[in-house]
Amino acid sequence: MIAQNTLKAQVSQNMAFLGEANRYSPFLAAQNDSFHSASYDLSANTLVPDIYGSQRSQAPLTTATSVVGLQFKDGVVIAADVLGSYGSLARFRNCQRIMKVNDNIILGAGGDYADFQYLKNIIEQKILEEECLDDGFSLKPKSLHCWLTRVMYNRRSKFDPFWNNFIIAGLEYGQPFMGTVDKLGTAYIDPVIATGYGAYMATPLLRKALESKPDLNKEEAIDILTKAMQVLFYRDARSFPKYQIGIISKEGIEIRGPLTLESNWELAHMIG
Amino acid sequence: MSSIGTGYDLSASQFSPDGRVFQVEYAQKAVENSGTVIGLRGKDGVVFAVEKLVTSKLYEPGANKRLFNIDNHVGMAVSGLSSDARQIAETARTEAASYRAQYGIGIPLKYLNDRVSMYMHAYTLYSAVRPYGCSVIIGAYEADGPVMYMIDPSGVSYGYYGCAIGKAKQSAKTEIEKLKLADMSCKDLIREAARIIYLLHDELKDKQFELEMSWVGNHTNGRHERVPFEIKAEAETKARQAMDEDSDSDTEDM
Repeated sequence: MIAQNTLKAQVSQNMAFLGEANRYSPFLAAQNDSFHSASYDLSANTLVPDIYGSQRSQAPLTTATSVVGLQFKDGVVIAADVLGSYGSLARFRNCQRIMKVNDNIILGAGGDYADFQYLKNIIEQKILEEECLDDGFSLKPKSLHCWLTRVMYNRRSKFDPFWNNFIIAGLEYGQPFMGTVDKLGTAYIDPVIATGYGAYMATPLLRKALESKPDLNKEEAIDILTKAMQVLFYRDARSFPKYQIGIISKEGIEIRGPLTLESNWELAHMIG
Repeated sequence: MSSIGTGYDLSASQFSPDGRVFQVEYAQKAVENSGTVIGLRGKDGVVFAVEKLVTSKLYEPGANKRLFNIDNHVGMAVSGLSSDARQIAETARTEAASYRAQYGIGIPLKYLNDRVSMYMHAYTLYSAVRPYGCSVIIGAYEADGPVMYMIDPSGVSYGYYGCAIGKAKQSAKTEIEKLKLADMSCKDLIREAARIIYLLHDELKDKQFELEMSWVGNHTNGRHERVPFEIKAEAETKARQAMDEDSDSDTEDM
């Protein structure tokens, strides 16, 4: 192996005169490949502590708050607002974070927006490669959920987590599916999921609604979720009245919004 | 062939005294033994059609594809050694992915063509490697219309309105030249492409073949897709009818 590498190095040195054409040299194929896939290197080995003492991610910067999701009879709805907070500053007012992955999966993300964008690119490339295979198969939500648990757990094990909460929703052989993963790789599947502040304030509302009527239809589920978003807007100081809703059902995927939440602050002047 | 026994055809890195690189010419011969592949560029898209020769009845239908997706918006049709061609497709995919990762948009076909041609060309320069035994046609539908390029084993590439590679490329080109490509829509092109492939298929030499068709155009939203089954079936029926009518009129003449 060492001999082979030395040979490669020699060949590449001998062909240095080729200049730009060097990039296409058959002998450097392996090196070229790693050049192309560098941006998708999940191992992130540049972050292994070295003599320069490089720093791991210890805090998120631009963040997005809760994602909430609810299963209904033959589908799933998820919702999230479009605020990108910079600490407590409401800095970016149109950070959309519900994405269509393919015809059977939607994904919602909270936490560090840059980490989400990075993983979004990787997921999109993953889907593209799969479409290139042209074998009629497509990624299913359970598989994406599992894959994300591996990615998240892998990075937390390097003490360099992706600072996100994800909700993966979709249809698995026609059945609704919803799962979540957090930055530690903690994952579970449930018909009711809310991340971030929503975990404290929206989960009880959604569970209560689902328990009182287990066979929700799409419109009912959307109404309940909208109500939850409104409660979160009232109580979560990092939230925003503009939000998106992602719906997946047999009719396909629909991502609505940004929609505007109604709120009434008449009471505010009576406080304090 | 004058090249045999002279010693100048053993390596791709040596010219013959009359200025030829025989290894590259042999690679081109490999393409000429393969099924015919045509690419047609109309006013609103590009259509690919492949005469995929089926060398054994034991193969599953749809095996050994000759049409590839390179990116959302780019398709590739290949002729020649299919294992070589798959490697070219893979290289093209890597280049497309790299461009997408760096610039956030799909690779313009012009650049993809440049990169893939350079890659294939590099394999005509050294004695330790052999040239690719395949030609590829790449096509896309971009903001200013459809685009199509053909790359041959030497690494040379040109943009085309219509092109053909493989066994019957000469007669295919004659057929294509009769078409008013610039005025034709993808729907018309599909019919013509199927007709040409059926017309050029030599039943005596190659018994079985499978017609593969794909397109990329305005109607597919700029995505490269296989032609839906019904549309392809209709085009194939029409192609067979055209053949029958042709042979009927032949017998009348006699």
